[in-house]
This record gives sequence, structure tokens and C-alpha cells, in this order.
Amino acid sequence: MYGNDFSAPDGATDEAPGGLLGEVEAAEAELRAAAARGRRGGPAPDEDLAAYFAEVVDAEQKIEPRDWMPDAYRRTLIRQIAQHAHSEIIGMQPEGNWISRAPSLKRKAILLAKVQDEAGHGLYLYAAAETLGISRDELVQLLLDGRQKYSSIFNYPTLSWADVGAIGWLVDGAAIVNQVPLCRCSYGPYARAMIRVCKEESFHQRQGYEILHTLAHGTPAQQAMAQDAVDRWWYPSLAMFGPPDGDSTHSAQSMAWKIKRFSNDDLRQRFVDMCVQQAEILGLRIPDADLRWNDERQAYDYTQPDYDELMQVISGNGPCNRERMAHRRAAHADGTWVREAAAAYAAKRAGQKETVAA
Amino acid sequence: MNGPFDFTLALADDALIAAQRLAEWTTRAPEMEEDIALANIALDQLGAARLLLSYAGELEGAGRDEDALAYLRDDREFRNALVVELPNDDFAATMAKLFFLAAYQLPLYTALAGCADERLAAIGAKARKESAYHLDHGALWVKRLGDGTEESHRRMQAAVDQVWPYTHELFAADPAAPVDPATVRPAFDEVVGPVLAEATLTQPDSAWAPAGGRAGVHTEHLAYLLAEMQVLHRAHPGAKW
Repeated sequence: MYGNDFSAPDGATDEAPGGLLGEVEAAEAELRAAAARGRRGGPAPDEDLAAYFAEVVDAEQKIEPRDWMPDAYRRTLIRQIAQHAHSEIIGMQPEGNWISRAPSLKRKAILLAKVQDEAGHGLYLYAAAETLGISRDELVQLLLDGRQKYSSIFNYPTLSWADVGAIGWLVDGAAIVNQVPLCRCSYGPYARAMIRVCKEESFHQRQGYEILHTLAHGTPAQQAMAQDAVDRWWYPSLAMFGPPDGDSTHSAQSMAWKIKRFSNDDLRQRFVDMCVQQAEILGLRIPDADLRWNDERQAYDYTQPDYDELMQVISGNGPCNRERMAHRRAAHADGTWVREAAAAYAAKRAGQKETVAA
Repeated sequence: MNGPFDFTLALADDALIAAQRLAEWTTRAPEMEEDIALANIALDQLGAARLLLSYAGELEGAGRDEDALAYLRDDREFRNALVVELPNDDFAATMAKLFFLAAYQLPLYTALAGCADERLAAIGAKARKESAYHLDHGALWVKRLGDGTEESHRRMQAAVDQVWPYTHELFAADPAAPVDPATVRPAFDEVVGPVLAEATLTQPDSAWAPAGGRAGVHTEHLAYLLAEMQVLHRAHPGAKW
């Protein structure tokens, strides 16, 4: 899971048929087609590397780890992929909070598997970042030192079982809307990682939706629990798309590099339009009295999230920022002796092998 | 214990409580790969527990399904061995429990796969493959920690010393059961001895053999574990999830 609340793109919008999963599949097909087309050969000895890079990007071909790339492109990608990886790892906490209390064994198994998937996404994304010449250990340290961020949505607490459903439906839903365009990112390893991640996230979103559907059609107490969760998670989910376009910073460059393809507000609109119908089927109310169809815009008008609150959470003052970081730091610190033991054991083993070989 | 119901329930509860404890490691493991591995093992145990609980419910014939058995029994009705309910403690203690439990479950499930009860045989055949992986994983960590650093050796030996007495309960004789747990003790000893030796660890020689779990007399820890596990389910009687 991942938001777009640490840096901001802007740009145009379009709609592909087949819904979001259709778009993921289209991006995958595009990726294969691009690979089959093959890029023109490498740059000529006297060719300008920047011009060659721009040509590859413009031709919708992928930049690969061995290619020359502008330093700022590399830095932007490292930051973005690392923040995404950190979000997966920190994002395990709010849902992990309900594994021990899941109300049926089936739900417990599904939730445990989901949180495990997130750890897998984290590892996969750290590996993608490592192709840019930085180690996972360095990135983890940047997170622990508070020098890199993670999606601010995970700084909200999960207060009831329905929150697990709301996170699946709204937070994973927003993450997918945000991530689907990244399946077409110009950097090959990130695009490929996103295709896989989006497919799994889509599965998670359906599970969350199903949890809420069951609750919304359950006892009055369960219905109230579901509505309360949607009431609390709706606006923070809208904020996952980041500040409004007018306040966006250094995003034009990301658009030109084809790291990002749509603006925050466009993605947010797309998410709202997607949720309205789903909320009706769920029988749950989106907590926005001004939500209504705008025939002229062919989209829903809606109330913006509280961006001052978003800025507070980003700056470290959300309800759970301190807890989330303390938890991660404690796990890392408590595991130090184990990692040291594994390294010592591996070194001894390597030494033995050398002795045997000699 | 007597009859396949009690036996099946004991196996189910071992798996369920082990899963609940292992899942507590999620987001807390020493490295990310281990977070995934422990969740995997927890999922295996939970999967086996669900199959066994469902079958136990059928054997009982009182209309209790897996959730009724998991969520609506009190601690005195649980039949798990004490070793799985002990708190996680540090990673070494968790690995000691994982290793010993797998060294018991693997030969037990293997024998079960060949027993006359078809349902138990099918569950045993599936679970033994998973237990083989749990055993590999546990043994690897016992060796790494035992023969790693001075600190890890100290912690691993302390963990083995702490957990070892609780392993004896697993092998309490039950001649009437589909597989008599006493018969898998030699297989357990054959696996455990060499791993501990390779890990430069000493196999404890303690006469203390706490027991009671199979009769529903547990440690103080189980009631807390159940209070957490069952709280939501019990707060909404009859609700569907």
C-alpha cells in the first residue's frame, strides 16, 4: 500500500477500459511489446547521453539499471521507491494489530496472509531500489532515522475489526489508483514491480470490501462498526493522493521523465468516482454531505480532505507516528543480536568451506 | 485421552495455539525475510488447526464447527500441550519451541498419514510436508544461534534449557489413539540430538516434566492468550464474519 502524499505530480488524465486491473494488464502487455520491439542500440560513442536517455523515455521504452540516467532521475526514483517500500513495511502494523483478534479462523488466515504479502512487497521494492545503486540496509537506516518518509495513512489507528475492512477497501483502493499508472513508469524494474504489486493489492482490496460487505449486512452492532470505520478512513484515504495540484512541488519533472503520469487531483477524482457506486452496494454512507454527481464534469463533486491535517501527519504529528516508528526501531534493535549471529555463523561456514577446499 | 475426538482436538489445539503465538511475531521479527517465514509457518499451523478442528467437530457430532471450537471454549477445555502456549520470549526461545514442536509433529503427522482413519490420514499427509519445512527452518536457526556469537549461544542454550522440560508432555502414551504419541519419541530424539550437538548446545538433563495440557490444566498464560483471541468473536454472539 502506498500513497502519493510525499511528492506531487501534475498532468492530464485519461481512462482505459476494463477498470484498474485492466489497466495493469494493459501496462503489462505494453511492457512486453516494448521489450519485443527492442530499443535501438546503445548510444553511439560520441552521442550525448542525456539526449539518448530522453529519446528512450519519449519512445515509451524502459530505462534499465545498466543505462546512463540523470542523477536527479536516479535520486527521485530511489526516494520514491524507498518511500513506497517503507510504506509497505510500516503499513503492516495497523492491520497486524488485528491478527490476534480476528473474529474467525478464516479471517485470521486471510489477514495474516495479507500482512505477509505486504512484507513481500516491501522486500520486492527494496530490491528494485537496490538496482539504482543503494543498499537495503542504507534505506532501512534512512527510515529508522526519520530521513525518509512512508505514507502518512499508516499513522492512523485501527480501532475496530471494521478498520481492517476499511483499509482494504479504501486505503488499498486508493493505493491501487495511485499505483496503476506506475506500472507504466519509465524505469523498468519499478514498472515491473508495480505490475505484480498491483495485482496483489487488487486482491486485498476485494477482501477488504468483502469484510465490510459482511459487516454492513450483519447485526446492528456490526453495521455501526462498519459505518464508523468508513467515517474515520474516508478523508485520510482522500489525502493519500497528496496535496492539491496547485500546491504541487517538483512534479513537472517527474511527469516529463514518465515516472508519474497523472496529477494528484485527477487520481483523487478517479478514486471518488470509483467509491461512490461501491459504497451504494455496500450499503454504507460516504461521510460527505456535498457529494453529488456533476453532469457537466461527468464526475462527482466532493469535499476535499483537510490538508492542514495531512501536513501535520506528514510532519510527524499524526495519532500514531511515534508509535509506528518506535515499533519499527524496537523490532530492528531487538533483532540485532540475531542478525549478528547469522552473519557470524555464515562467516564460520564460509571459513570451513575454504579450509575444506584448500 | 481416549478416542479419536480427544486425540484430534489435542492436535488441533497444538496447531492453533502455536499459530497464535507465531503470528505475534508479525512486524516484530529480527529481519524482514524472517517476518515472512514466521507468518508462513503460522499460516501452516493455522491451516492444519482448521482442518483438525472441523474434523473434531464432526467426530463430536454436537454441531460445533471450527470457530465454535476455537472461540467458544474456555481454557480448561483446551487440550494443547503446554509448550505451545508459553509466551514467545526472545527469538531464541521461539526457535527452540519451533524446532522441538516440528521434530514432534513431523513423525507424528507422518505416522498419521498411514493410519486407518482416512480423514486424519489425509490431514497428516498434507501437514507432514509443512512440518518438514518447519523443522528445517527451526534447525537452521538453532544452529545459527547456537554456533553464532557468544551472546546468541548463551541465549540459545538458555532457551533450550527453558523449553526442553515441556517437550516430554508431547510424548505421553495414549495407546488407544490413532497414533500413540509415545511411539514417535525415538524419531524426535534422532533429529534433536545431532542438531543440538552441531549447534554446540548441551541437551538438558532435567527430571522436571511439566504436563497437564492434555487434561485441560494449563499454565497461567493460556487464559490471556484466549482472552485476546476470543474477545471480538464473543462480543457479538451469533454474528457472521
